[in-house]
Amino acid sequence: MLGIQDKWVFLGYALSVASTLLCIVYGIATWNRGAEPMRQEDVTWAQEEKEDEE
Amino acid sequence: MNLMTVIIVVIYMGATAMLGYVGYRQTKTAADYLIAGRQAHPVVMALSYGSTFISTAAIIGFGGVAANFGMGLMWLVFFNIFVGIFLAFVVFGGRTRRIGHHLNAHTFPELLGKRYNSRFLHLFTALVIFFFMPLYAMAVMKGGAAFLAATFQITPQFALYIFALIVVAYVIPGGIKGVMLTDALQGGIMLVGMIVLFVWTYAALGGVTAAHQALTDMGGQVPPSLTAMGHQGWTSMPKFGFAAAGAPAAEAHQYDLWWVMMSTLILGVGIGVLAQPQLIVRFMTVQSQQSLNRAVIIGGVFIFFMVGVTYAVGSLSNVYFAQKEKISCKIIDEKVLMDPGEKGDAKLTVLAADATDEVKKRAKTFVAYRLPGENDNQALHYVLKTPAMKVVKGENGAPDTLQPGLIAIARTIDNVTTMKGNVDKIIPIYVGSALPKWFEVVFLLTLLAAAMSTLSSQFHAIGTSIGRDVYEEITGRAGRTVLVTKLGIVLGLIMALVLGSMAGDSVIAVATAIFFGLCAASFLPVYIAGLFWRRPGPRAAIASIVAGFAVNTFWMVFINAKEAAGVGLCLALTGKPTLVPATWSATWNVVDPLVVALPAAALTLVVWALIDKPMDPAYAEYVFGGAKPKNG
Repeated sequence: MLGIQDKWVFLGYALSVASTLLCIVYGIATWNRGAEPMRQEDVTWAQEEKEDEE
Repeated sequence: MNLMTVIIVVIYMGATAMLGYVGYRQTKTAADYLIAGRQAHPVVMALSYGSTFISTAAIIGFGGVAANFGMGLMWLVFFNIFVGIFLAFVVFGGRTRRIGHHLNAHTFPELLGKRYNSRFLHLFTALVIFFFMPLYAMAVMKGGAAFLAATFQITPQFALYIFALIVVAYVIPGGIKGVMLTDALQGGIMLVGMIVLFVWTYAALGGVTAAHQALTDMGGQVPPSLTAMGHQGWTSMPKFGFAAAGAPAAEAHQYDLWWVMMSTLILGVGIGVLAQPQLIVRFMTVQSQQSLNRAVIIGGVFIFFMVGVTYAVGSLSNVYFAQKEKISCKIIDEKVLMDPGEKGDAKLTVLAADATDEVKKRAKTFVAYRLPGENDNQALHYVLKTPAMKVVKGENGAPDTLQPGLIAIARTIDNVTTMKGNVDKIIPIYVGSALPKWFEVVFLLTLLAAAMSTLSSQFHAIGTSIGRDVYEEITGRAGRTVLVTKLGIVLGLIMALVLGSMAGDSVIAVATAIFFGLCAASFLPVYIAGLFWRRPGPRAAIASIVAGFAVNTFWMVFINAKEAAGVGLCLALTGKPTLVPATWSATWNVVDPLVVALPAAALTLVVWALIDKPMDPAYAEYVFGGAKPKNG
């Protein structure tokens, strides 16, 4: 299999490619899902984070 | 390495500093996006996360390990992508962000402390990070230093100091922390560098199948020391099993490699990534789950090219070194004798003129050479001489050609290593020898980017653990937090430098895996339960984190032979290298602490949570989105 001797190593190789494809497909499929409105706590958090950065 | 390289590196460092400065002036940190109510571009978010995740420890340390142990390490690529990106972004990221913002937590210790309403948990987590993350920072700095040392012909120690200077210049002032564009630039450089390495290597070895087949066909060249540990060839998994109790020496260690590869390197780093404090805080900087969903695409592709390429190329470097490498050079001496010491494990030294016959008999032969452009004042290069070596003398002033014909690990053996070689030098030597000179500069930038993006987050985590988490929590004041944080960073840097100076060869991957394993065993159960389970209260969380930390540390100091030898406490206290009795299976010596400590921590959490009274309902309601209780 692609010159790889051991099926377990090939499986690791194949799963690496498959999980990359999963990331791509999932990202495209959920591109418009999961939008959340900004809440006051998000802004408060970000403002404090900004103060810490400075 | 010429002046042009130095100029390009200086331009790159300047560009990084400028982006950091512009980032501050033009408000482009993740917090700014949030304040403005906008999403950071998913590509920027993904590259920023990925460049923090992947460092020189992965590229240099684990790349070298892949060259030694083989392509079984591809399982870590799968874990890095599926666990480190997919599960992290899709399952954990959004909840971490929601709870983190609701509790107004800004660091990982603060998140745990506030989730469980426990000051002890907050402080304990911060101190674990402060005292142990320097080990990981040391691995990252050593990875970069190994390449600097090979490229600029300087000592590894001096190269380590250069990296410390980079940390002082870039990280302590805080200029690049959190500036998304800087992180993204670094991620972009890393991506380009690794894609070139990927295409070049497979093309040079005749394509994917031909390259793998050539590596498979080299199975007979695996050194006996690795075969004895269960190495079955570079495209095969090591031998799996558990040695019988009291088995003879020849059989006792035949499964060691499988356990080192699977339990320490793959499981430790593959799962440990979920409990990395500097990565978890990144989730709090995103705008919504939608940002994470979108970032999964580039995140997955980025990690594939980072670690997938590194481990595949690392393994395949054996084919290059054994069959293709031709060094154009000036041979200075074809018979330099070096002494590996009485037991054969000492640092190699060139034989003195008055060496005894006994020393001469055990000495190994090396060829000394200089590369074109190097002058007589520069140190000589040495390569081990074996029957496979071919030497073609240049005629009429033409350079000589040296074909060492060695496998990767043997190619690293020289006058600053032992006969075991140094896996941390494999990738630097491969890039220097196999790829064109211009790529050496690209790869140097790739590694600087990989190191700086990770180091800035690591030292930020180290500094805030002392400043925000310990100082503010204990004093209840924030007056001198910035000063204490910077002091924490300096102390962390000193710890990393001391560890780096004490550490021997082939240490990068192991140090990384130890830190990842410790984080997983200590933090992972309380982190996951904290996000998804309302019942566990502070007592269950404290019991779990202490159990995970204690079991992991005990196993590391007294049971795991390699780690126990590195720490040295077991030998000092008991006179034995480990506490594993001779009547037990020798495989216990190579089982990683994580295998025992993580289940112990998880079990402690679940059992304690079920038998103890549940978390105060009002506080639990607050954690998961409700109003803050009046007495909370």
